[in-house]
Amino acid sequence: MTEDMSRYPLHLEGDDVPMVRFRNVTKRYGPLVVLNQLDLDVSTGEMVTIIGPSGSGKTTVLRMLMTLETIDSGVIYVDGEPLTHMERNGQLLPASSKHIRRIRSKIGMCFQHFNLFPHMTALGNCMEGLVQVLGLSRREAEERSMELLDMVGLAEKRDEHPSRLSGGQQQRVAIARALAMRPKVMLFDEVTSALDPEVISEVTNVIRRLVGAHDLTMLMVTHQMGFAKEISDRVCFFFNGAVEEQGTPTKLFENPERERTQQFLNAVLDAN
Amino acid sequence: MTYIEFLQVHGSRMADGTVLTVVQFLLATVVAVVVAVLFGLMRLSRNPGVRGVATVYIEIFRGTSLLVQLFWIFFVLPLFGLNLDKFVAGFLAVGLNMGAYGAELVRGAIRAVPRGQWEAALALNMTDRKRMWRVILPQALVIMLPPWGNLVIEILKGTALVALISVADLMFEVRQINIATFLSVQAFGTALIVYYVLARFFVTPVMRALERFMSRKIGRA
Ligand SMILES: Nc1ncnc2c1ncn2[C@@H]1O[C@H](COP(=O)(O)OP(=O)(O)OP(=O)(O)O)[C@@H](O)[C@H]1O
Ligand SMILES: [Mg+2]
Repeated sequence: MTEDMSRYPLHLEGDDVPMVRFRNVTKRYGPLVVLNQLDLDVSTGEMVTIIGPSGSGKTTVLRMLMTLETIDSGVIYVDGEPLTHMERNGQLLPASSKHIRRIRSKIGMCFQHFNLFPHMTALGNCMEGLVQVLGLSRREAEERSMELLDMVGLAEKRDEHPSRLSGGQQQRVAIARALAMRPKVMLFDEVTSALDPEVISEVTNVIRRLVGAHDLTMLMVTHQMGFAKEISDRVCFFFNGAVEEQGTPTKLFENPERERTQQFLNAVLDAN
Repeated sequence: MTYIEFLQVHGSRMADGTVLTVVQFLLATVVAVVVAVLFGLMRLSRNPGVRGVATVYIEIFRGTSLLVQLFWIFFVLPLFGLNLDKFVAGFLAVGLNMGAYGAELVRGAIRAVPRGQWEAALALNMTDRKRMWRVILPQALVIMLPPWGNLVIEILKGTALVALISVADLMFEVRQINIATFLSVQAFGTALIVYYVLARFFVTPVMRALERFMSRKIGRA
């Protein structure tokens, strides 16, 4: 089942090259088609939110972009270059791990369950990638990490291990850890779903600030419709592994065109 | 002859033997740890050849008797031109054997580290090697220390077999004393007590302290 790759460009050129482009991306788990010929572009600096029913493939989209999952067909481009493939003699071939590492450095991710390293302090978590991956000196790494811990309001927790931090604090450290690597694209997968209601705003406030302050491209999966409506440039409604409908928050939440979008939004709003 | 008198006569010999037992035990433990980490990691390799080598090693050393392995290393390997001093053959056999069990502990503990940890390390773009050494193994260590506590005691007990290739450990000395004096109860009784005291009052507390230390390092205590 080899795909004809010649119909995909080797890299993207032009004035409006998207930061992220999914072209015809299909992902299967055995017989289950999780993503079905997905096309999705995210522009530089754009905040795109993905909503949709459970199992519609939202997490899978982020995981493929983070290279935690491989794709079965299609191509993903990041910053104009293919991520899943690489150019060899004018052809797109499956990417080598070296190529993937180079492109992956442009992407950062925050997870639903934080995934902080339990054996390192908050500061240690932030410094780890800077020292071990980017090769910064410990002093530079500490400086940059402290800037970010300060930004998320946790400078005074620098020496605490994750087990001594609340969920909201852990998630903010995780955001600082990812941002410290200076990615061009940040992925947030339901980063508030595991949090107690009263600390959700700690985390959403941090993300809110990123929207204003950075030239950062963001792709966020969330079940918080209010937050999505407030901060997104664009909202994508996923259904059965494809984009069923997308548009500005106002359009999607107030004037959804597709029946499935309406049903989903009604169900979610009823539940709240 | 009272037991006190017995100790006065034979105590220093048994003390020498105990020192050798402890040295054999420590060296065997080092070998076991190295073997366990090496083969435990190999068992998780993506390369089927590497995995296969580790599986065969573990199968052979777990599937056959330690005593037979000891005799092989000491009596058979010289026929193939590999002569090992009995002292080296002793702790090597025990370490290689126990390392095979340890490898399974290492493998199990590595696999027990939550997937999210692997994914977070990958999201930071760490190399496979750094991810293993900096993120996964420290956490696996905490998971595997309690079962290692049992294995280390097995290593101590396993070293008693080196007496059978005439390494002058505690067991060897005690048997010599028994042959010379026929005071079996005193001789083997003392050995029993010494092994128990070593296991219960030295090995176990050290392993417990190590467990506590590692839990603190991980911020759990
Ligand atoms: N490793 C896997 N093996 C098999 N099936 C998987 C695997 N990962 C995901 N799936 C399936 O793929 C589908 C899409 O999963 P995904 O996690 O992307 O959904 P989601 O939209 O994020 O859902 P939720 O809102 O519940 O998080 C689901 O049916 C899920 O069961
Ligand atoms: Mg999900």
